[in-house]
Amino acid sequence: MYKLGIDVGGTNTDAVLIDENLNVVASIKQHTSSNIYDGILNAVRTVLDESGVDRSKIVQAMLGTTQCTNAIVERKNLAPIGIMRIGAPATMGIPLMVDWAEDLKAIAVKTAIIGGGFEYDGKELATFDVAAATEFFNELKSKDVKSVAISCVFSTVRNDHELEAAKLCKEIMGEDVHVSISSEIGSMGLIERENATILNAALYKVAESFTEGFAKSLADEGITNAEVYLSQNDGTLMTMEYARRYPILTIACGPTNSIRGASYLSQLKDAIVIDVGGTTTDLGVIQNGFPRESGIAVTIGGVRTNFRMPDVVSIGLGGGSIVRQKEDGTVTVGPDSVGYQITEKALCFGGDVCTTTDIAVRLGLTELGDKSLVAHLDEEFANKAMAEIRALCEDSIDAMKVSSDDVDVILVGGGSIILPEDLAGAKSVTKHPHGGVANAIGSAISKVSGTYEQLIDYNEIPREEALAQARAAAIELAVEAGAIRETVEIIDAEDVPLQYYPGNTARVKIKAAGDLA
Amino acid sequence: MRKIGIPEIEDIALGAALLGAGGGGDPYVGKLIAMGAVQEHGPVTLLDPEEVPDDALIVPIAMMGAPTVLCEKGIGGEEYKVLYETVSAFFGKPIYAFMPIEAGGVNSMLPIAAAARLGLPMVDCDGMGRAFPELQMVTFTIGGGSATPMALVDEKGNSCIFRTVTNQWTEELARAVTMSCGGSVSVSLYPMEGKFMKEYGVKNIVTRSEMLGASIRKVKESTDKTPEEAFLESAEAFKLFKGKISDVERDVRNGFNFGKVVLDGIGDDKGKSAYVEFQNENLTAVVDDDILATTPDLICLVDTETFIPVPTDALKYGKRVLVVGLKCFPLWRTKEGLELVGPRYFGVDTDYIPLEERCKGGC
Repeated sequence: MYKLGIDVGGTNTDAVLIDENLNVVASIKQHTSSNIYDGILNAVRTVLDESGVDRSKIVQAMLGTTQCTNAIVERKNLAPIGIMRIGAPATMGIPLMVDWAEDLKAIAVKTAIIGGGFEYDGKELATFDVAAATEFFNELKSKDVKSVAISCVFSTVRNDHELEAAKLCKEIMGEDVHVSISSEIGSMGLIERENATILNAALYKVAESFTEGFAKSLADEGITNAEVYLSQNDGTLMTMEYARRYPILTIACGPTNSIRGASYLSQLKDAIVIDVGGTTTDLGVIQNGFPRESGIAVTIGGVRTNFRMPDVVSIGLGGGSIVRQKEDGTVTVGPDSVGYQITEKALCFGGDVCTTTDIAVRLGLTELGDKSLVAHLDEEFANKAMAEIRALCEDSIDAMKVSSDDVDVILVGGGSIILPEDLAGAKSVTKHPHGGVANAIGSAISKVSGTYEQLIDYNEIPREEALAQARAAAIELAVEAGAIRETVEIIDAEDVPLQYYPGNTARVKIKAAGDLA
Repeated sequence: MRKIGIPEIEDIALGAALLGAGGGGDPYVGKLIAMGAVQEHGPVTLLDPEEVPDDALIVPIAMMGAPTVLCEKGIGGEEYKVLYETVSAFFGKPIYAFMPIEAGGVNSMLPIAAAARLGLPMVDCDGMGRAFPELQMVTFTIGGGSATPMALVDEKGNSCIFRTVTNQWTEELARAVTMSCGGSVSVSLYPMEGKFMKEYGVKNIVTRSEMLGASIRKVKESTDKTPEEAFLESAEAFKLFKGKISDVERDVRNGFNFGKVVLDGIGDDKGKSAYVEFQNENLTAVVDDDILATTPDLICLVDTETFIPVPTDALKYGKRVLVVGLKCFPLWRTKEGLELVGPRYFGVDTDYIPLEERCKGGC
């Protein structure tokens, strides 16, 4: 019985094979290919060959991917979409995508704000403007648009108009059109919910490509007995079908996986995790085994959403960061990087660009490439560069800390060779032989979850009692989904009072997650 | 006189979130409303209060209702035009300039949108210097000003203007209309002459808000201080507590959000516990049974790393926050001021003691 964890990042594709005791049997890191199918196929083949494991004994395969994040940040492969907000005459003073960057706004082929929506108490704000919606969908159809985002005022209270619009959309544009409705994606706050829905709609092609690529590469490699999952940004898993509908939920699963993978490898449940890549370094915090979440509204590629995301700080420091000496003798590091071309461009690999990796090799921190090719670097210059690398890293550790007390630090990622192991502010610095593929390990050890949601009248059941019952119900749901009971923990809890309901009614939502059996 | 464009709006919105003292509504949606208007009509002229003639008609603009409703419904866009026409007709003279009534929270942004859409200037002044939950809670009440004639307009096109015998009556009637209209309306209130505005208003509060916003944005640029020190110094804030949220209780009554957030100490406060009670805005901050601050001083919760203010409706289990106190406008500390917005008005059975005295010897 084995688990296969795969992480497709912007630069590298990692794969790990883990046995039933969660020991790493084999791991591989390769450059991400432009075709996700080939990349996964190669990585999977390599770990299987390396380990000699029987393909039929792989029972779970998990994929974490930054494809969605990259697509938004780089504005690549986003689908042209139609965006309809139901809510006029309300909301007319806030144009759709009003604070979006111009280049990202370009994904909208056509937008409309039409009549409809609800008041806070579930009363109709305006009747749903069927004629306007029909005209809008017909026009999208004539422009061959394949994905539509629909938001509606107070759809978190009542989603009738969104459902009606979605039905109408499919009737007019065909069953194969992708419809993203805001009530299924976000919570209260029209704009943030709408933004997430728009991004979700624009990601449908990206989602299709990575789900199909993943399924096909596994099948072609003879892995036919495995349950297949995708990583979500809260450290839990979702099915392929779910991922195709809600690709936005994969956003930021990379940092989550890397933090959880690092925690697993080091057996530390509270620490700062530093994941050094080729171009950037992500710092996150593991608290009681789960990534610390950011409390502020999260922006993705400059777009504000209301998701809960891991609290991650990124700095422009990586194994490929370019090191320069200025005329006045000061040395700068990054933020530009040779990225994945490090094996051609860095001095120690015979190139002509001095990178942080060359500095690490020159100072004897690591053995990589040809040491003689960096021997000419002045030691004082190298020391200055290392001081700069150290300062960048130590400042960020300090920014993530909760107090002046020293903390445990875990170094992971392919670029972590550039960092010294005696960092200021760190109580201990842990590196693990498999730290380079912490992402893929995090993906493989992701949890399964159960979410319990119910309207509860606190006049009938006191709050404490009601929450206790809801927690128990969520735990049961996680167990039903395949979690081992002893490992299930509550990972998210909220109760929101609904003043428009009789009594003292609240919407209670509890999410529990545990290890997959 | 100077211009406010998109970058200024960004900083004012951030500063307004802090001045919201937990309430006032997230300025984000107001910022979008202001940006939408400025993108369409160009930057707004901000007037120093001293530039306003004594007899000029100055009209504060706000929204009334639940901020969560505003975050769903936004505004329609025609409301400010209807307000301008209604109020100008009532007084038989044109409005000279708009101003905010509440510099904290979302209401900081709406006069910018109104000014942009009508091509009028906005005055750098408000009636609170922060956010408060009820309409009579403005410095103008102390000066004998009246909220009425107050005009209310909803996005559907309904409008009314009314006069009342007391500001408390205005609050009650306006609330009833607001709820019937769907929980959020655009209003103009406390129309006044320039002279009265200059005498009782909290002057240059928009500029202070912009400065607070800019200092939060730039907090990590400081080289000789930690970000926390830099934040406390630039905001002139008292540090009350640093903790992790362990529970949030909420209760909605009579259209107010009541509640209490419980914190477990972290960092220097490890081992201690604290709670902050709120009625829309934060009312009291209590650490290990000692009251460290009460209304009308500002009690603000900010993110421990970004120092971005955390409003009461965004409080969530597990979030780490810094609780800080800011001194309120001096007029609030007078007998008349405390009758309007002191702790006892909000049902908190304690005398008002200024923040800096409660915190003497360090918090």
